[in-house]
Amino acid sequence: MTGPAAKPLDSAARPVDMAHMTAAAPVSLDPARAAQLAAEFGLKPDEYERCLAILGRTPSLTELGVFSVMWSEHCSYKSSRVWLKELPTKAPWVIQGPGENAGVIAIGDGLAAVFKMESHNHPSWIEPYNGAATGVGGILRDVFTMGARPIANLNALRFGAPDAPRMKQVIDGVVRGIGGYGNCVGVPTVGGEVNFHPAYNGNPLVNAMTVGIAKADRIFTAAATGVGNPVVYVGSKTGRDGIHGATMSSAEFSADSEEKRPTVQIGDPFAEKLLIEACLELMATDAIVAIQDMGAAGLTSSGVEMAGKGGMGVELVLDNVPQREEGMTAYEMMLSESQERMLMVLKPGREALAEAIFTKWELDFAVIGHLTDTGRIVIRHKGQVEADIPLAPLESEAPLYRRPTEETPKQPVLAPGAVANPTTIEDALLRLVATPDLCSRRWIWDQYDSLVNGLTVKRPGGADAAIVKIEDHDRALAMTTDCTPRYVVADPEEGGKQAVAEAWRNITATGALPLAITDNMNFGNPEKPRIMGQFAASVRGMAAACKALDFPVVSGNVSLYNETEGRAILPTPAIGGVGVIDDAADAIGLGMPHGADLILIGETEGWLGQSLWLRDIAGREEGAPPPVDLAAERRNGDFVRARILAGEVLACHDCADGGLLVTIAEMAMATGIGATLAAPATKAPEHAFWFGEDQGRYVLAVSDPAGILAEAEAAGVPAARIGRSGGGALVMADGRSISVAALREANEATLPALMGGKA
Amino acid sequence: MKAAIVVFPGTNRERDMRIALKRVTGRDPLMLFHREELPKGLDLVVLAGGFSYGDYLRCGAMAAQSPIMKDIKDFATKGGHILGVCNGFQILIEAGLLPGGLLRNASLRFLSMDCHMRVERAGTAFTSRWQKGAVFRAPMAHGDGNYFADDATLDRLEGEDLVAFRYTDENGTVTEAANRNGSARNIAGILSPNLRICGLMPHPEDLVDPLMGGTDGLPMFESLADTFVSA
Repeated sequence: MTGPAAKPLDSAARPVDMAHMTAAAPVSLDPARAAQLAAEFGLKPDEYERCLAILGRTPSLTELGVFSVMWSEHCSYKSSRVWLKELPTKAPWVIQGPGENAGVIAIGDGLAAVFKMESHNHPSWIEPYNGAATGVGGILRDVFTMGARPIANLNALRFGAPDAPRMKQVIDGVVRGIGGYGNCVGVPTVGGEVNFHPAYNGNPLVNAMTVGIAKADRIFTAAATGVGNPVVYVGSKTGRDGIHGATMSSAEFSADSEEKRPTVQIGDPFAEKLLIEACLELMATDAIVAIQDMGAAGLTSSGVEMAGKGGMGVELVLDNVPQREEGMTAYEMMLSESQERMLMVLKPGREALAEAIFTKWELDFAVIGHLTDTGRIVIRHKGQVEADIPLAPLESEAPLYRRPTEETPKQPVLAPGAVANPTTIEDALLRLVATPDLCSRRWIWDQYDSLVNGLTVKRPGGADAAIVKIEDHDRALAMTTDCTPRYVVADPEEGGKQAVAEAWRNITATGALPLAITDNMNFGNPEKPRIMGQFAASVRGMAAACKALDFPVVSGNVSLYNETEGRAILPTPAIGGVGVIDDAADAIGLGMPHGADLILIGETEGWLGQSLWLRDIAGREEGAPPPVDLAAERRNGDFVRARILAGEVLACHDCADGGLLVTIAEMAMATGIGATLAAPATKAPEHAFWFGEDQGRYVLAVSDPAGILAEAEAAGVPAARIGRSGGGALVMADGRSISVAALREANEATLPALMGGKA
Repeated sequence: MKAAIVVFPGTNRERDMRIALKRVTGRDPLMLFHREELPKGLDLVVLAGGFSYGDYLRCGAMAAQSPIMKDIKDFATKGGHILGVCNGFQILIEAGLLPGGLLRNASLRFLSMDCHMRVERAGTAFTSRWQKGAVFRAPMAHGDGNYFADDATLDRLEGEDLVAFRYTDENGTVTEAANRNGSARNIAGILSPNLRICGLMPHPEDLVDPLMGGTDGLPMFESLADTFVSA
C-alpha cells in the first residue's frame, strides 16, 4: 500500500465544534498534504485540479477519498468508455442494457433473465480464496439487487503456467473460494472456462458471472426519487476491510503487492444467503423505491449513484451506520468495501415493514439518511459535515480519456502445410487431450455444487452450454463463458469477433437461441498505446459479431492494468452468453450416442495458425488466428439449431480448441462410445484437417444422415458425413485407432496430477 | 401426505426437496421458518440440505439449538417421521436424534459428484419401494459428510439393522474408492431404532426427474407417499 489509507489521519485531532453541528462546512486538508494524498490515492494532477475546481476549495479527507474512488479506472471507466460506446446494446428483447447493476433481457412467459460478469483479478492474486469468493459474492449482489433470484453461477478463469511460482496455491485457493461461496449461498456453479498461459503468471484472471430470473415487470434499479424518502442500510456491518480496493484494482502490480492484502475483503456467504432471501422478500412488497449493492467503493459509490441517477441529493448520517469496529472515521466508512451490504431508498412509512423482514433474517437494518433536492451528497458524522460535494459534476466532470492506440501488426497466415506433424495423429491427439488447456476440468467442477435448486438440466461437461430450467416453467436458460486469448493477442479484432461467435455457437449447439452477452474486458495498462489498441480492436471485432449474430451486450465490466512488473496479460475479453430454449426437454448434450452418423457442419481449410496443435505439439505460437466469417457463422448456426429443435440431432459439439479430432474425442470421452472415421476429403495435410481450428463448425450425431445432408444442401450449408459412432475406440479410415479409455485416462489425469491428488 | 420442510437461516436445498415431494404428492409441502411452531397433524418433517448458520461453529450445531428443534424432538418422541438430508442429517446428529458425527471429508475438499448407494434396510417408510441390496445413484454435495461413530455404536447400528444406505460401486460392492468422503464402514445413511428418523448425506431429491439426469432418487419419495397414502 503506498498511502496510509487505513489510518484515521488528522480526523482524530480535529475539534468537534458542537455549535456548528448543522451548518459546519467540511474541514479542508492542508493544501500541500491534500495534493500529496491525492497522488497516493491514484488521482492524476489534472484530475485533482478538476476536483478543486468543482469544490471551489481544498477537499476534506473524506471528500478526497470520494473523488479518488469515483474517478478510479474501476468505477469511472475513464479509459474504456469511448470505445465501449461502439458495442451494440439494443434489441427488442433487451429490457435493460449497460449502466445498471446488471443487464436484463425478456425470455418469454413474462420472465426476464438478469446477468452480468465481473472481474476480481487483483484480489484473487493477492489472496486467492477470499479474492475469488468475494468476486462471486459481488456479482450475485449485482443480480439480486435488480429483483432477480440467482439461478446460476459461471466463471472464466485464466491461470499462469501450472509450474509458475505460487500458481498451484492460486489455482487451489480460487477454486476453493468460488466453491466455498457459491455452494454455501445455494446457487449452482454450472459452467465456465479455464486457460493456462505464462502471460498470467503474475496476474491470473477471475471473472465471475451470475444469471438470475425475475418477473419482467418487477425489475428494480438504482435511480432514487422522492425528497425526504429514507435511505436504508441493510446487511452486514461496516468494518475497515477493503478500504481503497477500487483504487488498488486500478493500478499495476509490483513486488510489494503483498502489502496490499488489507485491501482484499473477506466474504461471508451465509450473510449473503440471508441478504438474498430478505431482499427478495422485501421486493415482493411495494416498499422499495431504489436499491443498489455496496460493491467497489462501498457506501460512496452506492450513495452517489442512487442519488445521482435519480437527479436528487442525499444526506447521510454515518453515526447510524452499523459498525463492526470502534472509532471508525467518516473516511473509513465511506471507503470501506465490507461485503454483503445494500443501500436502498424506501417509500415513506415502509420502514417498519422492511425492518421486520431484515430482523427476521437476522441482518442489520438502519435508516442512515434521506434524499434531498440539493443535488449534493452531504456526509455527516459526530455532528460534523465531513463531505459536501455536488453530484452532477462528480459524474459529468469525471475524467474521460481517448488514449493513444497502436494497432497490433497483422501476423502472416500460416499455410496448412507449413508445419509438419512431428508425431502420429494418434499420439498428437493423446497429448492434446491431456494438455492443461484441453484436459478434463473434473477436478475443478467436482468442488462446485452444480445441482442445488434441483433445476440443472445439463451439468458441467454435459453440453456446450449449461442448461438450467426455470422453476415451474418448461423454459430453460443456456449459459456459457468464452474467450480465446491466444487469438486475441495475435489479432485483437478477429479475436474479439471469435470470442462472441464462440459463445453464440456454444449456446446454439444445445438447441437454445442465443439472446445477449455480458463482457468482461481484461487488459493491461491502457496508458500503453499497444494495450489500448488491443482494447479498441477487440471492441471493434466484438461489435461486428454482436451485430451479425443479433447478440447485443447488456452488461459488462472492464479490468485494466492487468500487468505485473510491466508485463501484460494476454488481452482477454471474456464473453458470458445467455440463450433461451422454450422446452428444456429439447436441449441436447455433447455425449456420443450409439450407432449414429457423424456430420461435420462448416468449412475445413486446416487453419493451424495459433492452434493448440501448433503450440502444444509443434511448440510454436505464431501465425494469424482463424478468421470468423460472420455470415457463415450465422447461417451454419441457425441451421444447426433448427435441426436440433426439429428433433433430428442426438448430440452436438462445436469445433473449438484443438480442432475436429479433439471435438470428436470429447464427444467420445463423455460417454465412452467411440467412432469409425471416414478418410478426410481435403487438400490439406491430414494433421491440418484434424487439428486445424477453422471457425463456424459443429459435429452432429444424427440418425438420418441423408436427410440432414439434403437439408444442408438446400440451405447452402457446408456439410459432410465424417463417420459413424460405436465401439470403444476412435478408428481412422486406414485402421489406425486409439481407445476411448486411453483418451479418458490421459484427459482425466492432468489436473489431479498438477494439483496433487483427486478432489 | 402432510409434509413440512424446515428452513433455517442458510438452508438452501429446500426448493429441491419441494420439487421432489411435490412430484409424488402433487402438492406443495409446507415451508416452515425455524422461528415458527410445528403445526399439528404432520406426517413428515424434512430437514433439508444447505449451510444452516453458515456451518459456523460446526455443521448443524447452531440449527440444533433453534427454537423449532424442541417441537421436532417432541414430534420424534411421539413417533413422527423425520428425514434429514445432508445438512439436515448433520442437524439430526447434533440434536441427538441420530448417533455419531459427521467429520470433514477425508480429502479435505468439498465433494460434488454422483455416488452410488446400496439399500441396506428395505421395508421402512423411507425405503419400502426398494429391495434390500438395490443400488441407486444420487448426487452428493458436502464438505463434511465423513460419518464417524465409535466401534460400539457402529456395531450396534449394524446389529440392529439401522444402517439404511452404504456407499458402493455401481454394482453394489463396498469398496474404498466408492467411499469418497471416508465414512466409517461406508455408511451413507442411518435410521433411528423405531425406523422413523432417517438421515443421509447424498441428495436423492436431486434425482427425481429424467430431465435432470434420472429418477434414481424417486423411490425414497414414493416410499414416503405410500406410507402416508391415506393422509
